[in-house]
Amino acid sequence: MAAIFFWLFSALMLGFACAVVFNRNPVASALSLVVSFGGLAALFFMLDAYFIGTIQILVYAGAVMVLFLFIIMLLDMKVEERRRLNTGVTAGGLVVAAAFTAQIFSVVEQVPFGNRPFPTLPDRLDDVHNVGSLLFSQYNLPFQVVGVLLLVATVGVVILSKRELK
Amino acid sequence: MEVTLDDYLLVSGLLFAIGFAGVLLRRNIIIIFMCLEMMLNAANLSLVAFSRFRVVEGLPNYNGQMLVFFIITVAAAEVAVGLAVIVALYRARGTTHVEDVSSLKF
Repeated sequence: MAAIFFWLFSALMLGFACAVVFNRNPVASALSLVVSFGGLAALFFMLDAYFIGTIQILVYAGAVMVLFLFIIMLLDMKVEERRRLNTGVTAGGLVVAAAFTAQIFSVVEQVPFGNRPFPTLPDRLDDVHNVGSLLFSQYNLPFQVVGVLLLVATVGVVILSKRELK
Repeated sequence: MEVTLDDYLLVSGLLFAIGFAGVLLRRNIIIIFMCLEMMLNAANLSLVAFSRFRVVEGLPNYNGQMLVFFIITVAAAEVAVGLAVIVALYRARGTTHVEDVSSLKF
């Protein structure tokens, strides 16, 4: 049962990821990416990472992709016109990507204990509680540093979007 | 048939390869940026799979999920700054096509 859902959501995620690359319309690409991230969140849920899966939907499929769609519509991007394909670059890109895939496959085959099933977890898993307590104890300093990073990014974005710097 | 760690790693590698191909093949900066996000997410998937596989005292190893949390936060900041740069570029040059922005090309 779990295997069927795993392959179903993997196929959904990878199929819509391909749609992002091959769509000529930027809005269609962005919406395909939303579906792809939804499939990825489902895989997170299947790995019992409920907090990360929820964050994935809220932050990525929600906030980040809405930002992408805003920018696409703000710049008023049309469907990309068919430019003459640079065959050398296209073939090179495909070859590099295929070589990379082959390499990933060969490395994954060599992972020791990779074909063992996942260990079982207790029936009741306080996922958010565990993540939260670790975040505010052992990872407290990185957490605050990330807060400062977000503040700096916000200020930077405001300054970047000003028309003239005084 | 049971799902193993290998299956998750293969799916994650395939997602990374699709994003990588997108970065190499597409010429629109915004699409390239979306494919970068896809590659970050592929790394997140393998981190969560390893965290679930490495059970310590009956619980998943949450250190991997912490790293994913920080990656998501930093990626959100990166998207905000990157899109602001793209908007500034569009104001200056009126294009989001990488082949039209080549002043730094040797």
